[in-house]
Amino acid sequence: MSFWTRFRSNTGAMIGVVLLIAVIAVALFAPLIFEHSPWQMVQRPFLAPFAVDGLPLGTDTLGRDVASQLAYGARVSLLVGLVSTLVALLIGVPLGALAGFYGGYVDEGAMRFTEFFQTIPNFALAIVLVAIFEPSLASITLAIAIVSWPPVARLVRAEVMSVRKREFVDAATLAGLSKPRILIRQVLPNTVSPIIVMASLMVATAILLESSLSFLGLGDPNAMSWGYMIGAARTVIRSSWWLSFFPGIAIIITVLALNLIGEGLNDALNPHLSRKGRA
Amino acid sequence: MNSLKATTFLIAAALAAPLAAQQAGGRLDIVVQPEPPGLMLGLVQNGPTQLVAGDIYEGLLRYDTDLNPMPGLAESWEVAEDGLTYTFKLHEGVTWHDGEPFTAEDVVFSAGTFLPETHARLRASLAYVDTITALDPLTVEFKLKEPFGPFISVFESGTMPMVPKHIYEGTDFAANEANNTPIGTGPFKFDEWVKGSYIHLVKNEDYYVDGLPYLDEVYYRVIPDAASRAVAFETGEVDVLPGGSVENWDVARLTEMENVCSTGKGWEFFAPHAWMWLNNREGPTSDVRFRQAIMYAMDREFMRDVVWNGLGKVPTGPVSSATNFYSDDVTIYDHDPDKAKALLEEMGYDGSTIRLLPLPYGETWQRWAEAVRQNLSEVGINVEIDSTDVAGWNEKTSQWDYDMAFTYLYQYGDPALGVSRNYTADRIEKGSPWNNVEGYDNPELDAKWFAAATMTSAEERQAAYDEIQKEIVDDVPVAWMLELEFPTLYRCNVHDLVTTGIGVNDGPRNAWIEE
Repeated sequence: MSFWTRFRSNTGAMIGVVLLIAVIAVALFAPLIFEHSPWQMVQRPFLAPFAVDGLPLGTDTLGRDVASQLAYGARVSLLVGLVSTLVALLIGVPLGALAGFYGGYVDEGAMRFTEFFQTIPNFALAIVLVAIFEPSLASITLAIAIVSWPPVARLVRAEVMSVRKREFVDAATLAGLSKPRILIRQVLPNTVSPIIVMASLMVATAILLESSLSFLGLGDPNAMSWGYMIGAARTVIRSSWWLSFFPGIAIIITVLALNLIGEGLNDALNPHLSRKGRA
Repeated sequence: MNSLKATTFLIAAALAAPLAAQQAGGRLDIVVQPEPPGLMLGLVQNGPTQLVAGDIYEGLLRYDTDLNPMPGLAESWEVAEDGLTYTFKLHEGVTWHDGEPFTAEDVVFSAGTFLPETHARLRASLAYVDTITALDPLTVEFKLKEPFGPFISVFESGTMPMVPKHIYEGTDFAANEANNTPIGTGPFKFDEWVKGSYIHLVKNEDYYVDGLPYLDEVYYRVIPDAASRAVAFETGEVDVLPGGSVENWDVARLTEMENVCSTGKGWEFFAPHAWMWLNNREGPTSDVRFRQAIMYAMDREFMRDVVWNGLGKVPTGPVSSATNFYSDDVTIYDHDPDKAKALLEEMGYDGSTIRLLPLPYGETWQRWAEAVRQNLSEVGINVEIDSTDVAGWNEKTSQWDYDMAFTYLYQYGDPALGVSRNYTADRIEKGSPWNNVEGYDNPELDAKWFAAATMTSAEERQAAYDEIQKEIVDDVPVAWMLELEFPTLYRCNVHDLVTTGIGVNDGPRNAWIEE
């Protein structure tokens, strides 16, 4: 069975894909759907959903269109999620690979370095980093990347360690290939599937982290995001439920979709571990 | 609308007061936010300290909501014709909380020795003083070097609190043990301070005004979170929310509850005035046309209605309408985007990005900055909001590292005390966020500010300040945003809580609870 066939047969994963595509589409086409910027005050403040035509999700504390805010918020969430994950992979994969492949002092050094980051609670470190750099999309993305690469490094190291003992690596060595070449051409490609699975889950975590930072007022004040929306609505949660409810739903849907996809990828890429196989 | 209702209520209460018999007894729970750093009013004068210590310490005079002086520790006073001699007749039979008598010597010590050393704001006014003499145990005379119009406004408790000479004379004021158990002459005595929880004051049985105070005890409650403070008020745990202790959105909700009254009065002496510093030194904001364009681009009425829930008043210029010598005969900046665009075109604004530094005091101020950015973007000004914390805000404003920055300051009843400091060139000093931070330099106006401060007759001063306001408003050295209103919320059966220009700060003196 091919990868795609296995993946497609997983209903949860397919739901995830559909949801994620919907979120991506909204993010991409936000400027086409909403002609005004999410910061523009378009109507009276605190309008409930459907109270006025053209404002299906109502207006916020300043009379801004909540639907438009949601759409533009999706851009920030997805962008931060993807970019920070990529950066985390760029740090984690090489470090883990070197540690796992060369072992010895290299391994010791890299792993102690990784542990240094792992011992500090993720969120606390992210807050400190953002506060030091001053909140902006770039600093938030970087902070999230910095707190999320250690698990990648450890995962890659473990995978590389198990792969490098296989016979085809010995064969490559006998064939006279150089060590770096073996690592890049022979070993790493065989560790890709767990990395992909982990990356999809990391995007979800990054979106949550970004929302939490914005909620605490550490978001980029010039970028509309879901966390910002909930943080701003917190003070009026008792009178205007919709201001925190819709961005909350948006976060749940996106994170859920990414988790479903991650799960699906895991099953499809490791068929012998899949739940169906176990059942 | 609520404040209107409350005002009507106050007037009704004021009229009814002589008829209804004030009831003695009871306990009042007031929120204090944040917890004060200390209660020795001569040493610390920040907001929370003034709120609590205003019951413990007193000044020679008190001021009504129109800022007219009323008897305090001085029962009468006289200002000589030439404006140089102020004579105060003290109340008889006043004692400190430890039983020692309060005399003219205490006044001489407070104003002549203690406060010049500890109270920066008062020091500027005391610079005009030549001598302070105790003529007899109950008479004090202040002689000035030159006339200083606002001098009559500096005798309020937070500005010139009377401190006991017998405790502080010859000691290191800041290190004195007695600072932890403050001794004043006020209607309430310090009893206990449980850090992080409450400050307990009890009735001063020997208070020199017969029958006062009515209350037996006052608790100042420390509750660190705005939402929790609102809940504490809702559940009846506290009776009074002084201005600024809950978010504006909650004010609207809480005033709708039964037996809850609200008043915007009691801040006249402070007249908190909010504006944006506009950097007059560099960038587009150094061009007066750009600054005028900002004023025309903003819909300040809308911001007041939406961001501040209709609380406050759109100012016409640097002087608050609650402060003495206010004038509205100035250029009025209505919301007029076309005019703003025309001005920008005339100056040839290149679309460069303007940084806006909000005041990091919570959601209201953040929304306010967002509304400003939106208004300005509608006329083509490109604004980016900087994010910051309190320390960062202090640093950036006092080091002049900003294009536009929100702030608000108190006016203390007189333009010479709380307004001119932000506009005269001699107050351009790096390192403080309270002086002429915008860098406005207009020697002609400086001369007028100085002259107005030392005039003796009120008519002359009014004429001088009318002229100053008319001129400065055309220059827009800063963008005046709002005369802030901090409504005080309280149970309607608490009467006479806000009767003076400093409101709850000395409110418990006259307050009484109707059972």
